[in-house]
Amino acid sequence: MREELLRIIEKNSRIDIKELAIILGAQEIDVINELQRLEDEGIICGYHTMIDWDKIDVEKVTAMIEVRVTPQRGQGFDNIAERIYKYPEVNSVYLISGGFDLMVTLEGKSLREVSSFVSNKLSTLDSVLSTATHFILKKYKDHGVILSKKEEDTREKITP
Amino acid sequence: MRNPLSDTIVTIKPSGIRKFFDIVSEMPDAISLGVGEPDFDTPWHIRDEGIYSLEKGRTFYTSNAGLKELRQEICNYIYRRQKVSYEPLKEVIITVGGSEAIDIAIRAMCDPGDEVLIPQPSYVSYEPCAILAGAKPVIIPLKPENEFRLTAEELLEHITDKTKILVLPFPNNPTGAIMEKEDLEKIAKVIIEKDIFVLSDEIYSELTYKGEHVSIISIPGMKERTIMINGFSKAYAMTGWRLGYACGPEVVIKQMTKIHQFCIMCAPTTSQYAAVEALRNGDDDVVEMRTAYNERRRYLMHTFREMGLPCFEPFGAFYVFPDIRKFGMTSDEFATRFLREEKVAVVPGTAFGDSGEGFLRISYAYSLEDLKVAIGRLRHFVEKLNEEAQK
Repeated sequence: MREELLRIIEKNSRIDIKELAIILGAQEIDVINELQRLEDEGIICGYHTMIDWDKIDVEKVTAMIEVRVTPQRGQGFDNIAERIYKYPEVNSVYLISGGFDLMVTLEGKSLREVSSFVSNKLSTLDSVLSTATHFILKKYKDHGVILSKKEEDTREKITP
Repeated sequence: MRNPLSDTIVTIKPSGIRKFFDIVSEMPDAISLGVGEPDFDTPWHIRDEGIYSLEKGRTFYTSNAGLKELRQEICNYIYRRQKVSYEPLKEVIITVGGSEAIDIAIRAMCDPGDEVLIPQPSYVSYEPCAILAGAKPVIIPLKPENEFRLTAEELLEHITDKTKILVLPFPNNPTGAIMEKEDLEKIAKVIIEKDIFVLSDEIYSELTYKGEHVSIISIPGMKERTIMINGFSKAYAMTGWRLGYACGPEVVIKQMTKIHQFCIMCAPTTSQYAAVEALRNGDDDVVEMRTAYNERRRYLMHTFREMGLPCFEPFGAFYVFPDIRKFGMTSDEFATRFLREEKVAVVPGTAFGDSGEGFLRISYAYSLEDLKVAIGRLRHFVEKLNEEAQK
């Protein structure tokens, strides 16, 4: 049940325990225990809400920043990654194969705020060799969800 | 002017679903639990393959029996699932949906007067196809106490020396019933003893929620006397692509191909290329969709129990078949009132044969969110009927 449970709550973390138990064909208590185990083991790391911020009047800018760094002896990329992910404005940090090393995503209130973070904080770190900042213009799909477009059911209402 | 019509076609009743379709079309705000097709889109990699075949200009007829490549993949697939081997160039034909396969199989096998056994409730086309082939449909009414499975006794009761084919429609539309290995073994024994043939419509084979689907072809002695029909509509959510197939003894497939050649030429080429991709790389999609259907199935069974609506647990297709006999209405009356009062369309069991009286077909080819709204209205309606009954 573990994998199916994770797949369901990955899409809808607000589903209630009773309903979860029904559709999994399991006992409520077993679902509760399994969720607890998944949280304890750090497999479930948090419960978030997907918000399309473009739909309300809140200024928000998301940027993806390619960062090239010098790895440190004995530490590889872990130290520098930690230096970067400790900034609260940073959303995610990934180690990437290919032309650069770290992919950093961050959210700010404005272009200016993001650029000042990049120029004052990120690029001044010792091991950072260079950065390339990409601002996101429009989100079409996020976390497997297609934003902005509600698909209509175009099937005939009654078919044999 | 002379009557332009054939008596045969005029005497065939239109599908019982038609009437509901007409009422629903006048009610744009009605929601529906009445569809017989998946709510999923065809997986993107399959659509992409169809598009790619168009881009490459593969827009010609294929051979009458269908792309060799596809027939080979079908044989591989059947071997994977049932451990039964078919010869791709002799024992397989690609058709325009399972529906065409049903039609041409009956036409290829029946002479006027031959009897075709049709267990009901079942899909709407077997009976008219038999009539159009000049054969005589003989209905076997399936019973709720057997959870709408076919028993060997029921089969024996209906066999005469004119009996040619038994239609075996499992997993079943509309009941959701399946036939397990032991059930099929008993049927196979009678079939072999009485020397008749089987038309096994397994279009819902991938949507089975209790073990793996067992095909009657896997029972010794049955491959030789079975035309097995399947297709891409239900497993891969490809209804609009119109693609199915039949596998069977070479002599039958050869004659089916003759009819197909004159009436159809070949199944849509684009769909055939897409289907190759479906069989090669679509197993995970099937698992994902089946898991979702199963969640909804459990949800419906649970809510029926809660509202006191009797329903046997179906393990196939994407239908549940609740029993409404205790409300003292016919299926038609119940479905009509439910539609008028709660604006939800369901299909009366009688649309699939007289033995569906007292039952409704509810489809769960809808998202859980949509199902919740519709089932909320069903609950409200059932409560209302219970109150009326107490007065």
